Amino acid sequence: MAALKDTNRQNKQPADDQPLLEVTDLRTYFFTREGTVKAVDGVSLTVKRGEIRGIVGESGCGKSMTAMSILRLVDKPGKIVSGEILFKGKNLLENSTREMTALRGKQISIIFQEPKSSLNPVLKVGSQLLEVLRIHQGSKRKINRDEAVSLLRDVGIPDPQMRVSNYPHEMSGGMAQRVMIAMGMACEPDLLIADEPTTALDVTIQAQVLDLIRNLRDEYGMAVMLITHNMGIVAEMADIVTVMYAGTAVEEARTDDLFEAPLHPYTQGLIASIPVMGKVKDRLEVIPGMVPSLIDMPPGCRFAPRCVARVKHQLQQCEVEEPHMIEAKPNHYVRCWLYESEES
Amino acid sequence: MAGFVARRLTLAVPVLLGIVFVTFALARLLPGDPCRSTLGEKATDEVCDAFNERYGLNDPIPEQFRIYLRDALNGNLGDSIKFGRPVTELMVERLPVTVELSVYAMLFAVVIGIPLGIISAYYHNSSIDVGTMIGANIGVSMPVFWLGLMLSYFFGVMLKDTPLWLPPSGRLTAGTTIQPFYEVWGLDVNGDALTLPGFIANINTLNAALVGDWAGLRDALRHMILPAMALGTIPLSIIARMTRSSLLEVLGLNYIRTARAKGARELVVVLRHGLRNALLPVVTIIGLQLGTLLSGAVLTETIFGLSGVGRILYDSITGRDYTVVQAFTLIIAVIFVFINLIVDSLYAYLDPRIRLE
Ligand SMILES: Nc1ncnc2c1ncn2[C@@H]1O[C@H](COP(=O)(O)OP(=O)(O)OP(=O)(O)O)[C@@H](O)[C@H]1O
Ligand code: SF4
Ligand SMILES: [Mg+2]
Repeated sequence: MAALKDTNRQNKQPADDQPLLEVTDLRTYFFTREGTVKAVDGVSLTVKRGEIRGIVGESGCGKSMTAMSILRLVDKPGKIVSGEILFKGKNLLENSTREMTALRGKQISIIFQEPKSSLNPVLKVGSQLLEVLRIHQGSKRKINRDEAVSLLRDVGIPDPQMRVSNYPHEMSGGMAQRVMIAMGMACEPDLLIADEPTTALDVTIQAQVLDLIRNLRDEYGMAVMLITHNMGIVAEMADIVTVMYAGTAVEEARTDDLFEAPLHPYTQGLIASIPVMGKVKDRLEVIPGMVPSLIDMPPGCRFAPRCVARVKHQLQQCEVEEPHMIEAKPNHYVRCWLYESEES
Repeated sequence: MAGFVARRLTLAVPVLLGIVFVTFALARLLPGDPCRSTLGEKATDEVCDAFNERYGLNDPIPEQFRIYLRDALNGNLGDSIKFGRPVTELMVERLPVTVELSVYAMLFAVVIGIPLGIISAYYHNSSIDVGTMIGANIGVSMPVFWLGLMLSYFFGVMLKDTPLWLPPSGRLTAGTTIQPFYEVWGLDVNGDALTLPGFIANINTLNAALVGDWAGLRDALRHMILPAMALGTIPLSIIARMTRSSLLEVLGLNYIRTARAKGARELVVVLRHGLRNALLPVVTIIGLQLGTLLSGAVLTETIFGLSGVGRILYDSITGRDYTVVQAFTLIIAVIFVFINLIVDSLYAYLDPRIRLE
């Protein structure tokens, strides 16, 4: 059965470089009393099968909203105002509600930052786990309780027999995140979105959970969209990285290239801020200044108010016009006037 | 879960003892002379001495309490000074009326209030939501007696001779009787043994259902509708508002997002994941409302000509009928303790985190 499914996939997707997910110029705005919050403002990215795509950026830059937009789970007053989200060649923004529910949890699943509050406190974890199977496969076959046990075993939960009948409050954060991952993996999705999956966990557990995600990727060949604000995690996990700033992507490159030679001044700042052994630095203090308000964006480059390079190179264009995403080096894209000639 | 209920039951014992003491003390603290308020201002001192002697009112207070406690534990709550009958007899007559009324009023409030709250939350900020909440706000501020009068006027008078007419007073249509279940079942009960069966038989709808008297059941239910609506409207409105706000709050939580991300349909998200969590504060409110229901019951009983606890309690307080006041206060307090117990157990059932403590 699985083999059959795989050959089907190959038939449909002959070329490896045909992306699984292709987001183009996505814009998600929140229409609030204070004004329009442009949480996601022109994000484009692709995710290929089997690839771990890192998305990195400071808090509030729109990472989660990008993820929620892909699943079309943005709550009011938020709204996806424009863009295209092609998943397996089909635009999700044109899907019906029913098509979206059929897709969520089955083809694209997501795990969140706070695992404990992401589980329903009044239901046993086993029943929450089986719910995914019931939703997506329940009409075709009978869902067996033992499946929850084996799913828990797959994500490395000790004593899964006992754990299925636990309530979330009886588990640690790391354990709960494993349950969330098991839930996300239950239907063997093509894409797993992990939205800061380890931020709420302590360091040793972080490493275990990240290992688990990578192993599952290797085993099932699913694609992972890994959202984080931690450059260390990106370096360790991602094949390719998108750096976001104030609602838009500012740089994109293969992980090695990015860390070797970051182009965007913001990325350079982020990389410089990775804590060096024994020295604890606060990431946010390294790049001076604050993210601009997403309601009143500066007219030119969004990073201009904080950009040291702009001052150093005395660039006038920065505060006038927003730079474009250009391919500065092969497969290395950046949005910055340093690399874009004004005429082009 | 069973352990939880057992622990709560044990905790109820000292509470019950405290209640017995307080009701006893309160009755003694009421100003006024029981003898003269019962027998009239002109009763002579000799008559009153005999009266006090007979009802043990000359004994020292601790002795009175000891006797009271002993009798109460034996199910003997004393005789009514005014009616000259055992209080238990009065209770068997009156309490079922109030219990039945309160239960139907609460049923009405819960069965309509919770779904209204859910619909309001589900269609948040729509015209359905706004309309429901305006209705609920009007409902809360509607005095029971006014609503009762309006209902009985509308359904009992204006709709007379239409199929929508409803009886505006009494418990059964004159001439209708429902045979007590213990007679139908051929049970031989008399005297003290009659207390509990008598109590049950006096809950008309329950008794009718037990003996299968469907015409009687229909008649009893029809008589319940208006008083239950009058008494249930305030709790209904409160429950609807509470359900709505609680559900709206829950629907913004992380695990709701998870449920949506699993591919659950919106209705499943709201009912399976939202409602159970949202019901916790609603259950508390229902418990509290059951308490306030009683004050409303006094007015409702008066308007709809039902001879329940409300009336007799009022008469006894003004007439210094100690034993009756004591006994009814006690029984009402005991009912409260058990309602609380049920609410707590329901809470523990709904929320596994509470079972632990
Ligand atoms: N309901 C809302 N109303 C108004 N603005 C919102 C709402 N939800 C999110 N936003 C805005 O959208 C922006 C992007 O939020 P998002 O959650 O995507 O950030 P993030 O990059 O995931 O940050 P974090 O690292 O803190 O998770 C934030 O600046 C926030 O102010
Ligand atoms: S465009 Fe200008 S302001 Fe923006 S990052 Fe580049 S140099 Fe800095
Ligand atoms: Mg986020």
